[in-house]
Amino acid sequence: MIDFKIHQRDSEDVSVIELKGYLDAHTAPDLETAFQKLITENKFNIVVNCRDLSYISSAGLGVFMAYVEDIRKNKGDIKLTNMTPKVYNVFDLLGFPILYEIYKDEQEAVVRFHEPKK
Amino acid sequence: MNTQTGHKSKRILSRTDHLLEVREFVGDEARAFGFSEEDASNIVLAVDEACTNIIKHAYQYATDKEIEVSIVPQHRSFEIRIFDSGRSFDPSTIRQPDLKEHIGHHKRGGLGVYMMKRLMDKVEYNFHKGKRNEVRLIKFRSNASTVAGR
Repeated sequence: MIDFKIHQRDSEDVSVIELKGYLDAHTAPDLETAFQKLITENKFNIVVNCRDLSYISSAGLGVFMAYVEDIRKNKGDIKLTNMTPKVYNVFDLLGFPILYEIYKDEQEAVVRFHEPKK
Repeated sequence: MNTQTGHKSKRILSRTDHLLEVREFVGDEARAFGFSEEDASNIVLAVDEACTNIIKHAYQYATDKEIEVSIVPQHRSFEIRIFDSGRSFDPSTIRQPDLKEHIGHHKRGGLGVYMMKRLMDKVEYNFHKGKRNEVRLIKFRSNASTVAGR
């Protein structure tokens, strides 16, 4: 059985990662690998679409925390989109909405990367 | 497994690929107890965090150890007792995580313990020399609809 799947789409200067299934201590290393690969390839504008993410535990949240600073230092960002209320509640529990941009829709996040930086 | 007292329990090996099985077991029991989908999800997440901590910290990723998850429904509360035979740790040393501190420092610890406290009404630890470690996660029926402290 496949617990977790990552699909990556690159368009111009933004990489969109779609997450599907269960992101827990078992599958979090897969997401780490995906972020490491993006950093190696100098792809720092990242949108994570959580539409098909059914579950996340602190092991999954920890991956977002571990890589965001490296990515921001390189003038990029991790923006999160399309969360179900159940998944949003877990991000909210740890205060993610204060430190991460979370959008209802993927396109909103992609557009933000093309706006002039303040 | 049904015990003589009617409690249900599940034993798994200390491997992260068994977390899904535990979540399904606990979720089914929580819903059968009468919890809403939201409460059942919170209970499931708290149990996942407890088992993940055992795998990482108590057993330090040894994959051949045992974790027992026991469901003990009470009149007004739903109790999950989780047992392991690994290293015990003092959870009182865990303070509320500062997200800013975690970011960039590749620091992951402490998140699970904090989440368990927020998701459940009560979290108790029992460590006695010569006995298995026990974590008790308790959710009251009357407080069923909200995450503690929110």
